[in-house]
Amino acid sequence: MNPQTLYDKLWQAHVVYAEDDGTTALYIDRHLVHEVTSPQAFEGLRLAGRKPWRVSSIVATADHNTPTDHWDEGIKDPISRIQVETLDENMRAVGSKAYFPFRDLRQGIVHVIGPENGATLPGMTVVCGDSHTSTHGAFGCLAFGIGTSEVEHVLATQTLLAKKTKNMLVSVDGTIPLGVTAKDIALAVIGRIGTAGGTGKSIEFAGSAIRALSMEGRMTLCNMAIEAGARAGMVAVDEVTINYLKGLPFAPSADVWDRAVAYWRTLHSDPDAHFDCVVRIDAAGILPQVTWGTSPEMVVTVEDRVPDPDKEKDATRREGMERALQYMGLKPNMPITDILIDKVFIGSCTNSRIEDLRAAATVVRGKRIAENVKLALVVPGSGLIKVQAEKEGLDRIFKDAGFEWREPGCSMCLAMNADRLEHGERCASTSNRNFEGRQGAGGRTHLVSPAMAAAAAIAGHFVDVRQWR
Amino acid sequence: MEKFTVHKGLVVPLDRANVDTDAIIPKQFLKSIKRSGFGPNLFDAWRYLDTGEPGKPNEGRPLNPDFVLNKPQYRGASILLARENFGCGSSREHAPWALGDFGFRVVIAPSYADIFFNNCFQNGLLPIVLKATEVDRLFNDAAVNLGFQLLVDLSAQTVAYADDSHHFRFEVDVFRKFCLLNGLDDIGLTLRHTEQIKTFEEKRKLDQPWLF
Repeated sequence: MNPQTLYDKLWQAHVVYAEDDGTTALYIDRHLVHEVTSPQAFEGLRLAGRKPWRVSSIVATADHNTPTDHWDEGIKDPISRIQVETLDENMRAVGSKAYFPFRDLRQGIVHVIGPENGATLPGMTVVCGDSHTSTHGAFGCLAFGIGTSEVEHVLATQTLLAKKTKNMLVSVDGTIPLGVTAKDIALAVIGRIGTAGGTGKSIEFAGSAIRALSMEGRMTLCNMAIEAGARAGMVAVDEVTINYLKGLPFAPSADVWDRAVAYWRTLHSDPDAHFDCVVRIDAAGILPQVTWGTSPEMVVTVEDRVPDPDKEKDATRREGMERALQYMGLKPNMPITDILIDKVFIGSCTNSRIEDLRAAATVVRGKRIAENVKLALVVPGSGLIKVQAEKEGLDRIFKDAGFEWREPGCSMCLAMNADRLEHGERCASTSNRNFEGRQGAGGRTHLVSPAMAAAAAIAGHFVDVRQWR
Repeated sequence: MEKFTVHKGLVVPLDRANVDTDAIIPKQFLKSIKRSGFGPNLFDAWRYLDTGEPGKPNEGRPLNPDFVLNKPQYRGASILLARENFGCGSSREHAPWALGDFGFRVVIAPSYADIFFNNCFQNGLLPIVLKATEVDRLFNDAAVNLGFQLLVDLSAQTVAYADDSHHFRFEVDVFRKFCLLNGLDDIGLTLRHTEQIKTFEEKRKLDQPWLF
């Protein structure tokens, strides 16, 4: 047999049938559901008189709309409340493998709760009506975001119609410098290949720097594969993957565990497998990253200055840069470390896991947020992470430094709840998108790692966390 | 789903790259549990000078006169001309819902983000990929010709000038084309393969029981 990539193997293992033009029905193992992109799908199913094919594939939670404070008061926004209650009703009506509703101890961001409960397993196809489903590829899964019509299709048929993408390898070799994280790798990759660099491709992240990442780090990296335009991001299974999964509630146990592990160990690209596109990056050269514009590809290192559009030759790109600088309220050539911030957000499906909170807490321990920082939020990715962080005393460290310690949810990553930027406010954010208005109409987002966001909160402006004392 | 066969319409040029789905329909409108009614809030942050909220009436809101969709010569446009990587970011199908609700039937761009591209086909909205040079030409012609119209023929896979002076050919997946031309619901088509899905699933249960 020809050598196969990890993507080839995952694809082939899920083909139910294929049309002549290559359109393929892929079997879906895990369907993650949240309140925003599912109501129309459940309604469509009902109107057509159809039933879900296999409810045991469904793991659901409410995360996008839920408030992160005053949980005792419920959801105050009536429109958000209706959407969350609609999910409650749909879950009651159809059933699921697991549903973690608002205020449940195990509630949290859909891409955090799947993995932490062992509901995301190697070799699975994982879909969700959310672009950041690419996160789950960290486990050697084929995981991608889908639209609501496709959510309905998966509910009704347990399959998704898709065409095979190209194979792309991003190999990061060597050792990342101290203070540099998976988030910086992700932003550096996007800076290199652009937000459309992965379009029509599935990216496998490989190389010694990726092998050295924890599962949390790999999730951060795969999470941002969609910001590079990729259909999916993935990392091969290794001991780190297997050790992470052992003992999790929905992971296999006893002798089934051994069978599963034996299969999982085959989930890597074969030597000499063909990739349509290869990008190699020297890990040692990656520095802490800070975005300056309104697209994740508009990124530089903390040592750099804000780029100058006058130096860009391509007209469309130049206009894009000028528009971005105007929106961001930045001047060309100013040092990144001179950018003052108003708010800080540590959270999101990119960076809200325990490792992220530990990294941020290490930076802020014994310090206070700067006077010009109006609000610094820490939003754990799930109830379980919140409990773990509190056990470790991280909540105390954050609160003593002037941060607000909140309840889990998507929060200010997309600002569907009350957590948002006001017009013109500037935020150091550990989330994944710096689009215009993403964190609130007129808000200005700079994407950074948790440690960089924490340091910016203390200093009041961006600082190089490698020099943090 | 509404059939798509031939469509003739006015072209509106949106001359910026990497238009994301947050821009197409901002997050506050995603709280709706319906598929319709998003048109008035399409490109909300660019189209209006104030911030829209769900439930807030859109009539009488101050319009941004500089935004292309607000220019009188593009009123009634049904073909959106866009730049590369259109529809990037969030998977929200509310983006094609909003474009369709506004009155668009066709988007023309040199490239799209994958999820948005798939979502369009589910909603009778045809995303056409043309070469960058062809798109440049369309932008130029849309800028100088008032009332610039195009004729899109899905069956023939062509985009033609209304005066028939130029034709561009585009590619489209055979299956997608078939579904659009016939207005077919692909769930119904997939369910014709119910036995195959069941057989696949039974085998999977034996091979990998931990997945069930």
